[in-house]
Amino acid sequence: MMLAPTYIDGSGAVVPQPTVNQDRFLEEILEYNERFLQVVSPVYKDYIDVKLLRRMSKIVKMSIVSARVAMQQAGVDQVDAIMTGTGMGCQIDTEKFLNAMIENGENLLTPTSFIHSTHNTMGGQIALMLGNKNHNLTYVHRTFSFESALLDAMMMIAEKEAQKVLVGGIDEITDESWLIKTQIDYYKKHACKNSEVYNNLQPGALSGEGSAFFVLSADRSEKTYAQLKGVSTLYKPRSNKELEDFIKRFLVTNEFGLSDIDLVIMGNNGDPVFDRVYEDLANGLLKTIPTGRFKHLCGEYDTASSFALWIASGILRHQHVPSTISQHPFKGRTPKNILIYNHFRNINHSLILVSTPDVS
Amino acid sequence: MAEGVVVTGMGIVSSIGFNVDETLHSLMIGKTGIGKISILETIHRDEFVLGEIKLTHQQLMEKLGVNLNLPWTRTALLGVWAARQAYQSAGLSKNSGKRIGLVSASTVGGMDRSELYYKDFLTDAIHKNHIDTHHAGNSTEMIADDLNIHDYLTTISTACSSSLNSIMFGARLLRHNLLDAVIVGGTDALSRFTLNGFNTLMILDHEHCRPFDATRRGLNLGEGAGYLVLERTSDALAGKKQVIAQVAGYANANDAFHQTASSDNGEGPFLAMQRAVAKAGITPQDIDYINVHGTGTDNNDLTEGVAMKRLFGDKVPPFSSTKAFTGHTLGATGVIESIISILSMNNDKVFPNINFKEVIEEINLVPVSQLTNLHINHVLTNSFGFGGNDSSVVFSKVPSNISGL
Repeated sequence: MMLAPTYIDGSGAVVPQPTVNQDRFLEEILEYNERFLQVVSPVYKDYIDVKLLRRMSKIVKMSIVSARVAMQQAGVDQVDAIMTGTGMGCQIDTEKFLNAMIENGENLLTPTSFIHSTHNTMGGQIALMLGNKNHNLTYVHRTFSFESALLDAMMMIAEKEAQKVLVGGIDEITDESWLIKTQIDYYKKHACKNSEVYNNLQPGALSGEGSAFFVLSADRSEKTYAQLKGVSTLYKPRSNKELEDFIKRFLVTNEFGLSDIDLVIMGNNGDPVFDRVYEDLANGLLKTIPTGRFKHLCGEYDTASSFALWIASGILRHQHVPSTISQHPFKGRTPKNILIYNHFRNINHSLILVSTPDVS
Repeated sequence: MAEGVVVTGMGIVSSIGFNVDETLHSLMIGKTGIGKISILETIHRDEFVLGEIKLTHQQLMEKLGVNLNLPWTRTALLGVWAARQAYQSAGLSKNSGKRIGLVSASTVGGMDRSELYYKDFLTDAIHKNHIDTHHAGNSTEMIADDLNIHDYLTTISTACSSSLNSIMFGARLLRHNLLDAVIVGGTDALSRFTLNGFNTLMILDHEHCRPFDATRRGLNLGEGAGYLVLERTSDALAGKKQVIAQVAGYANANDAFHQTASSDNGEGPFLAMQRAVAKAGITPQDIDYINVHGTGTDNNDLTEGVAMKRLFGDKVPPFSSTKAFTGHTLGATGVIESIISILSMNNDKVFPNINFKEVIEEINLVPVSQLTNLHINHVLTNSFGFGGNDSSVVFSKVPSNISGL
């Protein structure tokens, strides 16, 4: 079923590429040859009180900056709801408390890192910063996290329970969390050039981190530059056909045909095994549609699709597809409808559809 | 009840019972599940009491008959236990043609295994099959796989208010016709991580907790899981389903005051209760009973009391905290207390706020401390958490002509 029109009025991202205070839109790629990609730190004190800054972990800081940028762009200083998605939450504080507890045999512990280890810390800190007493929710289901937050926001807007919703996806990487996931081949063990990640043969993905927030609005305004058409998830498809049917059904539900889609942004992450799912679609069901990729820019993390939405809505705003996301110079028509397709190891699949705003 | 959402199934496991009937029995006879620690491996064994489920990891796996080769966390096992009951009691089946979803909540996720194997994860990884059971969505997927649920799943984590938010989100999915039935709730196992975490905050009582008592010294942790099956009212009636309760209203608000402490005027709790009652289309005077969050910490009970007085004035309805029975089950507490609230309503009984003796002077509110008969049409339940996350849900009795019971 279709939800009510939902517009995008602002977006902000903190990722391993320069995205804050940039006139240019991903024109050049910041090259890395690292084990994992980390965010380009914005000038945090421009956005956060210095006294508070000292006590904040990286994941909270990047959330607040991207949320502030999105709200500035949308020209709002309050919202009716705050929805965050995070796959792994506050890994730095969780590790700190866990390591201290194990190493000191449950003795000599201090509360600070425990207090900040809960997944809803970012949503809570943003509410605190804004003095916002409204609906506040945190979704924590791997690569469904951001998508669940988006869906909830769209439903609240459709029910007229909210006019403006701040929605974001955030995850942070740490040395330990990276190391642990190299043990099970989720992440690459050795340094890898991000610009060549899709040809890298090491098992696993190039891991990364990031934060992207959006101001969604029930009404179209002069700030509006994109329209969120739909979001959907699929868990453990039992066949390729089920995955293809999921994509087809999603488009039909939103009254789109494949030929209406001008660009598909895919979540390839350099994992030689699981990138095949993307390739099969790019060579099959979606073969007539130009494709772009983005995880060489930010690495893999559970809420990376939020950065894909930042890119897609940026393309609609700038009326331009940056060469950094496509393999070949983009020759298609100026995109009006962009589909984002992401999956985690063929378990959690998701689609987000974003368009130029409907003429109303 | 046209656009409404109703409860058609329930499942629960906690220290006071392995199912709904046992839970009800414990509540009726005033039997607490809190006691000396015998399952959790911790240096604090003789220091604190907990609401433990008295089965080891191995015993739990065997009792459930799950595939022993899969990497089970205690959180997932408890979740499977309660979710199976809910699924069965609602008469769901995989060939019904219904779109069935699962919205689960958890705060610790797979921490009960991660804290045992963490150093191994970093070195030679003998327990590497547990690396990916750490994230909060793992238990949700283990439950979904056990029940063969594919149509929708997600996981919520808003600290101690988590599973009331699952109920809200699940109800929304039904109202937008994205699903036909949704299993909502949460699961959290005890872990050293949370025990030590709450200990550093100095909000754990060494004795049995005493919610809303002047001498309260903190909370007792517990563990458990609970799930409700929700369906649209019209579908439930058309399918001649047993209808257990109506999900009449709900709201989520943020205190926006402090990461862990709640505000003096109880703004977040007040807004959550006020908005939930308004959404139910009733007035505060229509609430017959409140199952309060009532953790037994100095801060929570005072703030919650202040918020209740703001909303209800000098007519605060009968209320009790049942945390002295179950302990504070964190991400599961909202749904466990929702089930207790529904049992209260459907049995016209207020379960006692055990261990209460002395009224808190500042608020002068006396909880119901003995099992009491009371006709209940509307029950309000609260859950508040870190991050300022506050949620409230109103359940209403199903008119007898359509209950199907």
